[in-house]
Order: sequence, then structure tokens, then C-alpha cells
Amino acid sequence: MQLDRTTTAVTLVCVLGGSALLAVSNLLYPATSVLHVPDFVISLVGKYLCYAILALAVDLVWGYVGILTLGHAAFFALGGYAMGMYLMREIGARGVYANPTLPDFMIFIGWNKLPWYWYGFDHFLFALAMVVLVPGVLAGLFGWFAFRSRVSGVYLSIITQALTYALLLAFFRNDMGFGGNNGMTDFKDILGFPLNRESTSAGLMLITAAVLSSAFLLARAITHSRFGRVLVAVRDAEARTRFLGYRPESYKLVVWVVSAVIAGIGGALYVPQVGIINPSEFAPGNSIEAVIWVAVGGRGTLAGAILGAIIVNLGKTWLTNALPEIWLFAFGGLFILVTLFLPRGIIGLFAARPAIRGAPEAESSAAESAAREVAG
Amino acid sequence: MTRIQHGPRKSWRRSLYGPRCVLLAAVLVAVPALADAARAAHDSFANIAASTFDLEAQGVRELAVSGSPRAAAVIDALRDRRLFAWKWPRPDTPLYIRIDTGFVDARTGNPVAAPNRVNLRQVIVNDSVRSAIDTAEGALGLFSSNVATRRKAADAIFQTADAGALPLIERALAKESDAEVGRVLREARAAALLKSNTGSTSERLSAVGEVAARADLSARSLLASLQGQTPQVAAAIGAAVHDIDRRLQLWALAENVYYGLSLGAVLLLAATGLAITFGVMGVINMAHGEMVMIGAYTTFVVQRLITASAPAIDDFGVLVAVPAAFLVAGALGVVIERTLIRFLYGRPLETLLATWGLSLILQQAVRSIFGPTNQDVSSPPWMSGSIALGGLTLTVNRLWIILFAGLVLAALMATLRWGGLGRSIRAVTQNRRMAAAMGIRTPWIDALTFGLGSGIAGMAGVALSQIDNVSPNLGQNYIIDSFLVVVLGGVGNLWGTLFAAMSLGVVDKFVEPFEGAVLAKIVVLAFLILFIQRRPQGLFPLKGRAAEA
Repeated sequence: MQLDRTTTAVTLVCVLGGSALLAVSNLLYPATSVLHVPDFVISLVGKYLCYAILALAVDLVWGYVGILTLGHAAFFALGGYAMGMYLMREIGARGVYANPTLPDFMIFIGWNKLPWYWYGFDHFLFALAMVVLVPGVLAGLFGWFAFRSRVSGVYLSIITQALTYALLLAFFRNDMGFGGNNGMTDFKDILGFPLNRESTSAGLMLITAAVLSSAFLLARAITHSRFGRVLVAVRDAEARTRFLGYRPESYKLVVWVVSAVIAGIGGALYVPQVGIINPSEFAPGNSIEAVIWVAVGGRGTLAGAILGAIIVNLGKTWLTNALPEIWLFAFGGLFILVTLFLPRGIIGLFAARPAIRGAPEAESSAAESAAREVAG
Repeated sequence: MTRIQHGPRKSWRRSLYGPRCVLLAAVLVAVPALADAARAAHDSFANIAASTFDLEAQGVRELAVSGSPRAAAVIDALRDRRLFAWKWPRPDTPLYIRIDTGFVDARTGNPVAAPNRVNLRQVIVNDSVRSAIDTAEGALGLFSSNVATRRKAADAIFQTADAGALPLIERALAKESDAEVGRVLREARAAALLKSNTGSTSERLSAVGEVAARADLSARSLLASLQGQTPQVAAAIGAAVHDIDRRLQLWALAENVYYGLSLGAVLLLAATGLAITFGVMGVINMAHGEMVMIGAYTTFVVQRLITASAPAIDDFGVLVAVPAAFLVAGALGVVIERTLIRFLYGRPLETLLATWGLSLILQQAVRSIFGPTNQDVSSPPWMSGSIALGGLTLTVNRLWIILFAGLVLAALMATLRWGGLGRSIRAVTQNRRMAAAMGIRTPWIDALTFGLGSGIAGMAGVALSQIDNVSPNLGQNYIIDSFLVVVLGGVGNLWGTLFAAMSLGVVDKFVEPFEGAVLAKIVVLAFLILFIQRRPQGLFPLKGRAAEA
């Protein structure tokens, strides 16, 4: 418990303090000063923090309920699209075609009327509600179907992947009304603050850090509650938990929806900071990448998810610049090395006791060998 | 022959009254009166060099049907911009064709002394003249000695349904010996007659019947385009169009089934290997798509090697590539199993992550070796082209792939049922400890099973190299589909895999016409997501204790 409190405190201090320091040195020191942090670092860190939010969401379901999601980037992207729609409407008549209601890409494909599902996105609060509702409702529907019929394990992973793949294909279509292939970009400002101003970037980064910290505390509260203990029980022995009188599907569904909403909020913060949202965010590879962040940091530790997201992305930024040829080798190797030699991730190296208690491996291998006996 | 002059006379009149062509009219009037046929030929020669494109196009058309022995040479020269006319008005409008050694007279083909270049102008063409040239070359093809050329020309004549071509068709029909070409020519005659609004009602009715007998889209559009018919003919046309529509619908249905089956065959090829590694062994191999990709690249390398060393068997490089791809991908599969997978048995989720990492490495490795661009894998002649079957056009390479997928599945089933390796594989999956007790080296069988699945993926790559781009991302496009096929068919059940692949393919192709290819895919995915939730064990679940699988 002591160690857990320490990691929590360290995580919060690092996330909040670190981003505050960066923001201060970016804004207060002139560009000539040694202490000045360049603007690109701010937007980069803001991006990493968004990824950390996604990683946290993945860890909540994978680390604590054992649902290996290969489609969480879909919720991230949906939140991003909701925010992108608001930013698009915020452009107003400043687009290339100077149309006050229609975004440029709609004029480009010859539409003359705003589709009904774009109504309301000119209000920031409505967009915020959608950021929460769209991923939440989709996750709710998906989870309700999936958990009720007891789809689990690898099958669940594959259909989450199919989900994000289907969304990827759908959003590539121009007539969906979400910008098709190119997505949405060229945003001007958010709530009146111009996006290209450094104070806006710093502010967004600080907000992201605050949201990440809140999500971290929320996830921690969930996992440390009585509810969270049932989640771990479901992860380690679903059938046994069911026989004890719990309904695993309800527990899974609740935490699945919460996780999807957290991912959606992460996506919503991501879009104004990178300035673009397009269908490639739905690519199945992105979701799997998020899983590996969690695996590197340490599955089922929450703090590890944040750490993993930041470390892997730092490495990615550095390697794709320095040695672009090597990056995929290194990234692929990371998957293999972490699963083979570092099953508890980086946090696991420091933790005295196993971060994942019980013996999930033993259980799943027993189930697996049972399945293999039956198969064939 | 009298009908041929119909065109030139009209143009004569028009050029007389057309204010633009006073000069030309003067030239034409000045032409001395000649025998009818000769004048027709002469006029079209003159028109070809006319100062307006309209006249020029007309000249080309007339020349083509004139039967002049020089027609082909002149039209060729015009297309290749080797045709030259006198720059200044001259009553005899000389025409020259430039050849390598100098000039020849366009009308006679005799060499002439090189005229002064100052007096010459090149005859230029525009789009309408170019299309007239295309038609003309088609018409000239009617008298070719090659049956296929004649057939093609007759088809083209049918498509244009030009009333002016009627005499030409008659002449060609009189000479035609091939029954098939004759039939098309008669259809073309019927079409031209219908278009020309001449002929008695009974002639026109029989023409409608003849065109309708084609029962294809061009016959339909021709019939539907006819306006202002007598009630009797109009009724016959309406009935014929309706009949053609019904037949076309049936053919479209059959065609959809064929496309669906060929897509299903591709899915089956990609999924069969997975049915072994995932279905039988329970290993989630996300690098399965990369095995397919490596099979495709093996095809590329084998083709290169054969072209370099034994060009004689170039056409059968694909056949050599099949065992080669099996061995390369299979050997790689064995290595992967020994170095990676065996440490992860019983941890499906970790296996998934590790093999995903492996797939990234394999993709990047191939990209580093071969470059990121698509590689050019050629199709042998015996795999290209298409077969017409009634109203269906079956592409030969798709047919081969359907056949190949069936063969691979049959061979795999036979191996599993009767082969020594197959017996061991079944023994190990059914009862590992007992199999070990009977002296089967179970770890080795694991490696071979994985190698078998990978090898089959490699063979799938050979087939896919014929219809898809060979690039490092090739496998990525098939991995999700393959998993869905295996899951839909029920794990560990090859008949289920076959059924699932075929039904997915057919469903996909049936949704496609209504909603477009992308939406078809989405509909299928959505259907599968719902399906898996209804029947998590697939269409043909295994019976047993797999409650938690």
C-alpha cells in the first residue's frame, strides 16, 4: 500500500509539476534564454499526455478486467472527431470558400446543406457532451452485446479490432460527411483562443495534464474500491466469480464504458493540439500500439500505463527522426522483448511484489490446454 | 453501290450552300465528271484533306466504305500524321503520303518526285476525325483475313449502328464464311436498319428480333434508344427490352455469385493457413499476413531467377513458385515457432502482441530489402484473358485461384486425414500427453504444425501476387478478414472455414452493388460482430468442454 501511494504521488507530481514547469519556461522566458522551452516541445508533450490518457483507458480494461482491447483507438478517434467538428464549425466564414455554415470539405464535394448530425456542434458544451456520449454509447452497445453473450479472450480482441477497422473504412467515405480521406484540419481557434498562439498550446497542455491526473485518480479510485476487487476477480477467474453470485458482464460493461469515455476525452484533447483528425486514427495498428505502451510501462498499474505511453512515444519521436529505417525493427522488437522478458513492464522492475497478483498465466494456460485438448 | 453516293451528294449540297466552304465548293465543282464509283472515291480523297474537320471526318468514313484498295494506307497515314495535301487550292487536290524514302501519291501508291515542302501542308486531325478513323479502321477490319479481327470489326459496326454502313455490311456478309462473324454481321445489319428508320414493318420487326437475340447491354441500349416507331414495332421493342432486362438480371446474379466465389477463394487461401495455426494450435499469429506477403515476394524472386537463368520455362515460373513459397514461408514458420511462439503457449494475448511485433519486423525487413514500392509480378499467358460463358465473362486468373484454393484445401485435408504428419498433428491436439507417451515428439510436431500453417499462407501469397499489389503491406489487408473467416467458420474446422470464406465472399459481392465496396465491407463486419456475439463458437462449433474458449 505504501509503494502504491508513493507511485501515485510521484505520478501526479511528475505529470502536473512537469507540465507546469514546461509551460512556465515556455511562456515566461524569451526565446533566447537557455531556460526557454521551444514551442514544439510543448505541443509534443501535450500529444504524449493525450496518448497517456488513452493508455490509462486501455490499462483500466486490460490490466484490471483482462479485456485485451485492440480497438480503443476507435473511441479515442471518435472523441477526436466530435471535437474536430466543433473546431470546424468554429472556423466559420474564415474557410477557403468563406461559407459561414458549411465546412470547406462539404462545399468541395458539392453539398449545400449541413447534415443533421452536424447540428449543435457550433456550441462548445454540446461538443463536449458528444465527446463523452458518442464513445460511451458505442462502447455501451458493443459491450452489452459482447459481454452478455460471453464473448471473451481472443475472440473479443478480434471483434474489437473488427470494430475499429469497420469505423476506419466508414470514415474514409466522403459521403459520411466527416471529411473522408483528408479528415478535418485547418482549425483556427478554440473558444476564441487562436490555436497557433503559444499560450493556447501551453494552456491546452496544462488542461491535458489536469485531465490525465483526474482520469488517473478516477481509475485508481475505481480499481481500489470494492468494485475494483470484483473486476480483478473477473480477470483472474471469471467463471468462479460468476459462481460466487456476481454478474461479470455488468462489471465489465461499466468499466468498459468508463474506459471508452476516458479514451474519447483523450482524443478530444488530442485534436486541437495536433491540428488534424483523419480516419487513419482508426487504424487497427494504433490500438495495438496503445496496448504495447501499457505492456512496456506495466500492465495493471495505471502509473505504468502513463509511463509507458510517454517513454515509447519519446523513443518513437527520437528514432523516427534519427534512424527511420530502424524504428519499426525497434518497435517490433519491443513487442517481442516485453512479452517474453518483461511481462510486468518497467514498473514491475521496481515493484517488490508482483503488480498482477494471483496467477493469471496459470489460469489462462490451464484453460488454454483444456481448449487444446478439446480442439481438433 | 448506288447507296454509297448518298453521303457525298449530301456533302456536295451542303458545301455549295455552306458559307464557310465556298472555296472548297469551287474546288469540287471544278472536278471533272467521272464514272460514279471513281468519283465517290475521288471525293472522299478530296474530303480527307478538306479545310473543315466535319468534311474531313466524313471523307474518312466514305473512304472506309468505298472499297478503295488504298483506303487502309491513306487512313493509316492520316492517323500517323504522314498525310500531306497541297497548300493552295488546286482542282485535282493532290495528296501525298510521306514514307521513309520520300513521298508517294495517296491515290495510287506510286512514288512521286518530292514536291516542294513550301507547297505542302500536313493534314491534321481532331477528336471527331480521330473517332471517324477508329470506326473506319474497324470497318476495314471486316475484310481482314483474320477471323478474330473480323469479329471485332463486326462488333464495332454493331455498336455504332450507322445506317451508312449498311452497304458495307452487305458486302462483308456476302463474303463472310465464318458463321459466328456472319451472325454478328446480321445483327449489325438489323441494328443499322433499325437506326436508319427505313424498311417495312415486317423487316423492322424481324430486325428487332435479331437484335434482341443478342440479349446483352448494347442490344438493350440500342433498342431503348429507338424513337418514333410504329405501334407494332414499338410494342415489339418494349417486349424485347423487358425480356433482355430479365435475362441480364439473371446473368448479373450469376456473375455476382462468381465474383463472390472468387473473393471467397482468396479469403479461403488466406484463412486456410490460419485455420491451422489459430484453429488447430490456438496460436494467435498476427504475423500470418506477413507469411502471405513473403509468399508473394518469393514468387517475385523465383520469377526473376527463372527469367535470368532459364527463360524457356518463364511461363511456368508461378508453378515453380508454389513449392518454393511453401518451403520459404514454412521454414520461416518453424523458426518462428522454435524461437518465439513456444515460449508463449497458453498465453494467447501475449502471443498476439509478440506476433504483431514480429509482423512489424518482417514488414520492415522486406521493405529494407526490396524497397517500399510495389514489385512487378507478371502473369503467365495461360493465366490471363477471360472466358465468355453465355452472358458471363470469367477472368481466367480468378478461375485458377478458385481451383488453386480448392486444391490447397483438399491437399491439407488429405494430409491431416491420411498423412503421417497429419496423424501426429491430430494426436497431439487431441491428447498431448498420450501422444507423447506413444513416442511422438510433441514439441517438434508443434513446430511442424506451425510451419505447415505458415507454408500454406506462403502458397496463398503466390496466388495473391497474381491479383494484388506485391508490397510490404500486402498481408495487412488480409489478416483481419482471415481471422473473421476462421472465427465465423468455427475454430478447428476446415469445412467451416470453407463455408465461411465462400459465404463471406458472396455476401460481400451481393451487398456491393447496392451500397458500394466499402460499405459492403462495413456491413459484413457489422454482421460478423453481431454474429460472433450470437454464436461465439462459430457456425460449426466443436462439441466438448470449450465453455471458456
